[in-house]
Amino acid sequence: MFMKIASWGRLAEHPHEVVPLADHRTLVQSIQHGLPGISYGMGRSYGDVCLNPAGTLWQTRRMNRFISFDQGTGILSCEAGVTLKEIQDCLVPRGWMLPVTPGTQLITVGGAIANDVHGKNHHVMGTFGEHVTSFRIARTDGSTLDCNRDHHADLFKATIGGLGLTGVISTAQIRLRRIDSPWLLTDTVPFTSLDDFFSLADRSETDWEHTVSWIDCLTGPQTRGIFLRANHTSEAELTEKQLTAPGTRTPSALNMPVTPPLSLVNKLSLRPFNAAYYHMNARKAGISAAHYQSFFYPLDKIQHWNRMYGRRGFFQYQCVVPRKTARPAIADMLAAIAAAGDGSFLAVLKTFAERPAAGLLSFPLAGATLALDFPNKGARTERLFARLDDIVTQAGGRLYAAKDARMPAQMFAEGYASGLQEFSAFRDPGISSAMSRRLLGS
Amino acid sequence: MTDSTRIVIIGASSAIAEHCARQWAGQAGHESLQFVLLGRDQNRLNAIAGDLSVRNPAATSQILCADFSRAEAIAKTVADIVAGGTPDIVLIAHGTLPDQQLCQQDLTLAADAMQINGLSPVLFAEAFAGHMQAVNTGTIAIIGSVAGDRGRKSNYVYGAAKGLVSRYAQGLQHRLAGSNVKVVLIKPGPTDTPMTAHLKQDGASLASVESVAATIVRGVSKGSPVVYAPGKWWLIMMIIRHLPRFVFNKMDI
Repeated sequence: MFMKIASWGRLAEHPHEVVPLADHRTLVQSIQHGLPGISYGMGRSYGDVCLNPAGTLWQTRRMNRFISFDQGTGILSCEAGVTLKEIQDCLVPRGWMLPVTPGTQLITVGGAIANDVHGKNHHVMGTFGEHVTSFRIARTDGSTLDCNRDHHADLFKATIGGLGLTGVISTAQIRLRRIDSPWLLTDTVPFTSLDDFFSLADRSETDWEHTVSWIDCLTGPQTRGIFLRANHTSEAELTEKQLTAPGTRTPSALNMPVTPPLSLVNKLSLRPFNAAYYHMNARKAGISAAHYQSFFYPLDKIQHWNRMYGRRGFFQYQCVVPRKTARPAIADMLAAIAAAGDGSFLAVLKTFAERPAAGLLSFPLAGATLALDFPNKGARTERLFARLDDIVTQAGGRLYAAKDARMPAQMFAEGYASGLQEFSAFRDPGISSAMSRRLLGS
Repeated sequence: MTDSTRIVIIGASSAIAEHCARQWAGQAGHESLQFVLLGRDQNRLNAIAGDLSVRNPAATSQILCADFSRAEAIAKTVADIVAGGTPDIVLIAHGTLPDQQLCQQDLTLAADAMQINGLSPVLFAEAFAGHMQAVNTGTIAIIGSVAGDRGRKSNYVYGAAKGLVSRYAQGLQHRLAGSNVKVVLIKPGPTDTPMTAHLKQDGASLASVESVAATIVRGVSKGSPVVYAPGKWWLIMMIIRHLPRFVFNKMDI
């Protein structure tokens, strides 16, 4: 069936031949026709990693059954189309949580592996792929392979963060972590310069599992922001007052029912919004409690929030720069954004720790990552990105493919040089995406 | 629900039925929950049973592959199920969406479509009704369709079969009105399932199977006589049912 499909950034909507995969047993037969194709889960990737205009999309979403869960070890086996939300809705009440989740839980397990997603606790738990103990992958030549760190270990490593290009994951086994409650103890710390941010980040790493900060990207070199750090906690350690404070529980669901003709994020709205957001949170400074859903996934409560950027859609620009060059590179980027007069209110700054990468093309590096949303304003936005690309490349950094719709192939090749050569041997020749053609030539 | 709940699902691998089962598994907590899953494909039923046991460790499933067409086979299947314990809920959910054009050209296809969407569900319900009336408890939920509310040229073979289900459920409700056995007639609108994949291609807006299942599960627990899922179809079908023929006949639906 031909359907128009866009990714989360809504930059373009092209017809795709959509082939729903019914279950993991019949998957391998379903992917041998209409080649080349690419897996498509929840479509929450911002750019073109999950798109294949005029070609085939293997829709994994209906392949969403649990297979088994071991209450003793916390190992979950499930089909690849299960969402992180489905896992946590079912298992958090039983004291188990995913060790790593990104800022949305509305993504599939297959997508989490293919993009080797990370969360606010990278310095403690690393990436999603580190907690995947094994998976089964189907290839378009009709083979099905069970992969783990001992068996087909090289394909295992290529598939984690492999952008869906090594095959279609049918089932996966994930090790969950124990939690005492769905609650986190959070500490909110306002800061007023990048130096403050980096010193807060360094000091927080040993005592806090989750660290992240929102920054006001319009304030230039004197960057102000809100540093948020948190630990899992038990309900007994929280006071009644903390548990019942407004905003602690999950907020009620909101919806963005229509796409406005122009982006609601614009010069007029951004400055007052950022100021208000900063002062609102600065007033909340200190210790409080947060339910995991409102702490990890605040935007999941606003259905279709991506529509607020208007009909032309938006880009997310997420880079990582190595520790040594991080401080000046981030300052340069913020200056470039302020000079361009464009900005984003979802500006997130976070440090990554030194860890062996789970996948050949995994994104994180020891250093700092900056993520920003920009409404699509055509050439003007492109010019800003070209400037940011220069800063990132010079600093020895790279961009996150899960968010990308436009980086030059050269930048990808340089950023991912260490794993790319080895990766190409594991590609499935029957699989191709808009992104793979753009960045890898096929 | 009580301490031990027994739920029988006929056509358990249909997408709507599977999602109803997931929601029942999710809400039953740690009480004992027994599913009887009846379908045609053993592998699919096994996968669904495995999924339900993760969602609720207290849930067990009995899997049955059965003949859906012969009356004697249906009577025997139902007698066996009831012998294993009186069901609290019976959900009759099987069906196919036939191609109307092909049914017009080939009477065998039309007959099969009538059989599986109309006669078969009604016979299952009739078989359970006798047993449940005898013990005077339980809920029989039958999936009909909004298509059964008024015949339309685009799918009246299916619509006629579902119309049979509607009229049957009405009669059974009348018969059991003084008893504790509830009969729930469910009329889903077009739902995003493998059965309706071709409608989606034509740009139809389909309700999510999760939301339809939630409406059904709520309707079953309340024992509502008629449940439109989503609820807006009650209004839409009321209008369509009452359109004068000269207007209706001009519509391309």
